[in-house]
Amino acid sequence: MQKLRALLLISPLLAFILITFIAPIADMLFRSVENKIVEETLPHTVALIDSGGDIETVVPGEKVFSALYVDMFVAAEKKEHTRLGTRLNYEESGISSLFRKSGRRVDRLDVEVYREQFENIDPSWGEIATWQSLADNSDASDMLPRAMWAYNAWRDYLIADGDNPDEEELEDFIYVALYDDLIALEDASEAGDLIQRSANAVPDFETVNFKEAFIGFDKDWGAEDVWKTIRTYSPPYTEGYFLNAIDLQKEFEGYSVRPENERIYGVLFMRTLFMSLVITGCAILLGYPIAWLMSNRPMREANLLMIMVLLPFWTSLLVRTSAWKVMLQQQGVINDTLVWLNIVDEAGRLVLINNQFGTIVAMTHILLPFMVLPLYSVMRTIPETYTRAAKSLGATNWTAFWRVYFPLSVPGIGAGSILVFILSIGYYITPEIVGGTTGTFISNRIAYHISSSLNWGLAAALGTILLAVVLLLYWVYDRIVGIDNVKLGG
Amino acid sequence: MNTQKIEQTVVPSNQLVAGGGAFFAAVFGLLFGMTQDIPLIGMIGGLVLGGIVAFGIVKIDKSRRISQIVMVILGLIFGYLQAQISGAIIGAIFGWVFTWFVFWLATGQYRRRLPSYATPGQVLWHHTFVVICWAIFIFLITPIIVVMPLSFNAENFFTFTPEMLNFDPAGYSLKHYEDFFTNSDWQGALKNSFAIAPVATLISVSLGTLAAIGLSQPFVPFRRAIMAILISPMIMPLIISAAGMYFFYSRVGLQGTYFGVVLAHAALGIPFVIITVTATLVGFDHSLTRAAANLGANPVRTFFKVQMPLILPGVISGGLFAFITSFDEVVVVLFVGSAGQKTLPWQMFTGLREQISPTILAVATILVVLSILMLTTLEMLRRRSERLRGMTPS
Repeated sequence: MQKLRALLLISPLLAFILITFIAPIADMLFRSVENKIVEETLPHTVALIDSGGDIETVVPGEKVFSALYVDMFVAAEKKEHTRLGTRLNYEESGISSLFRKSGRRVDRLDVEVYREQFENIDPSWGEIATWQSLADNSDASDMLPRAMWAYNAWRDYLIADGDNPDEEELEDFIYVALYDDLIALEDASEAGDLIQRSANAVPDFETVNFKEAFIGFDKDWGAEDVWKTIRTYSPPYTEGYFLNAIDLQKEFEGYSVRPENERIYGVLFMRTLFMSLVITGCAILLGYPIAWLMSNRPMREANLLMIMVLLPFWTSLLVRTSAWKVMLQQQGVINDTLVWLNIVDEAGRLVLINNQFGTIVAMTHILLPFMVLPLYSVMRTIPETYTRAAKSLGATNWTAFWRVYFPLSVPGIGAGSILVFILSIGYYITPEIVGGTTGTFISNRIAYHISSSLNWGLAAALGTILLAVVLLLYWVYDRIVGIDNVKLGG
Repeated sequence: MNTQKIEQTVVPSNQLVAGGGAFFAAVFGLLFGMTQDIPLIGMIGGLVLGGIVAFGIVKIDKSRRISQIVMVILGLIFGYLQAQISGAIIGAIFGWVFTWFVFWLATGQYRRRLPSYATPGQVLWHHTFVVICWAIFIFLITPIIVVMPLSFNAENFFTFTPEMLNFDPAGYSLKHYEDFFTNSDWQGALKNSFAIAPVATLISVSLGTLAAIGLSQPFVPFRRAIMAILISPMIMPLIISAAGMYFFYSRVGLQGTYFGVVLAHAALGIPFVIITVTATLVGFDHSLTRAAANLGANPVRTFFKVQMPLILPGVISGGLFAFITSFDEVVVVLFVGSAGQKTLPWQMFTGLREQISPTILAVATILVVLSILMLTTLEMLRRRSERLRGMTPS
């Protein structure tokens, strides 16, 4: 009963957090491997490629190009081909323009011959009613999957444009799909008369060479690289984003390391780790003495000192970041003071901002309270008599500190370090403003991919790696300090 | 502390006083000399003068107050001759501190905190250490202090102008504050911030308090796991939360809406409410609720009449934390919000990245004052809470 009541009280919040916070994180994890766009935009092309069989060459043959024509036509009408082009462009530059160009050209390609020949077999092929009855008949749909898909897609995009498909004339591309279906049809004996007659007639049809046509749009359609990319990224889930995030790439032949000049994420991850470590180190260096001072002064004085720690802690992050901009810039307070003291001359003003130095200084300042507070709460509990006892037993000041006091304060250092490290590893705002190009973190790159390059999959993969690191540290923190013991300096 | 009596008997030597004064003045002289490009002369001058004066004031005049007044006036005069008002202020401060320092040495006060058996080396180390600590405190405080005067800059610069340094009234103005209160961008951002933060706080506080009460019951299954989930928004790097929320909210159509931002901020504020309220509930005496039930109160009445008043300080401080989290948050709103939800921090962020106007500093000053008020409130609440629970406030 009590358990139930407790759970009942917790459940609204738990549900809230699960929906507003955990679900988004899960969505991000999902996006880092999801790659359905290729399959959804070019379903028949991908199906033909994946079905195995005769894919002896990298650049496929006539059949695949014919399927590609139908897929591309629909995608171009739905304006989805550019999205796919952008997606594949992340893997192989140039594909984006290839798709944009082909989308335009596909519309203009003349494939009327198919329609004419079908109407010669039976004029009813030109009527919507024939098609609609086939679409409503599940046997016929099974027999003519691509034609029915093309027909339905045609209806869908017309309706989306606000037109009534029943009043429009059928597009030529649907007959291309019909032709492909009938050619592939092995046994037409079960089908109706119309389909049987058409199936018998198609082998003698005059056809359009789609491969030539596509290569005519852009000779890249005949290039192996383009097809290798399409084939590599045709499955609905891919590890490609993760490989990209660690400077590898997924290729047709397997994994490979990116060329030297494209390797940026390894450097960025190392820099993020390195700078977070430096910031944590600086925070220990600066936080330890003042935490010691505070814990060894009478309460009243310690509280006053505590205010000096808490004031920056409570001040808006943006305020502190702008303050550091004021301090560090070329015409800033620090440079002005140095010039005033004649330490540097007017021309030799130091570059303190828009580099690693700026990020480290500003972030050490911003995160220092997170080090001081846990350190202080641990140091308060260390009795002063311990060091005095050590000294009276003959220890020097240094030995008393290093062998007695310091080991007792290690839990505080551990808690503070993990906290500072976790916070700094995912920092975005401060590096963005004072970091320039050499002082940015992996988080800045994630933000860039979300809002500028729109490569969400890669952003999600980078985020997932960062998340894994943070969760590991979170777990360690929980082990050492306990999540319940997080203090807010109050 | 029981060593204080002995300390009084320590008589500092004349050399110590003169040497200390000389050292202090030499440092100041060096700095002064550097501004004039004559560092060595400045240092030696400070050394000699400081030694003589320190020795003099201790020998001639035993009263600290009179010496201090004399030194401050001397500092004022020399400083003014050198660099008008700013010089006078520096001079006066130097005079005051110098005299204080000399008498601090002369009266043996410098040994007050140390045991009487400390060697001179230990005394020196102790004071060096304190000076280092103060330097760190100055590092913590200076950036925030520096922002304030700059926000009254009459020019559109981020830097101190010569007029400002000379305390010329012409160098100061309220125009950046005026800009903040009249500019529609800033006012819109302010309105948005105040439209989002209170609603997000309300959600966090109401759900968070309920859950905290649930969590503080004696037997809660999976307590650790639930706690880890509820606290996770605080630990998760903001960029990851922002990325996830951006992807997910755009999937369900909440991206770029007011409601989406409120939900996101409420999620971010919840850990703070949980932490503060569970901390208040640790000392809560459950026999009180049982007594209330015994006297015939139903659970709802018990909650509002007995439990709520006792945990109210925790709830309010949790709410303050949640409010400031939302009010200060920029990464998530940057992604989840659209131009219609531009908050104050967002406006500051774009301001810092693009056009640098000192209006940002005016806003910053207002926010610093706001956070000082907030800090005071929290401290008062904490003391009240401890009093209510029968602990002695520390």
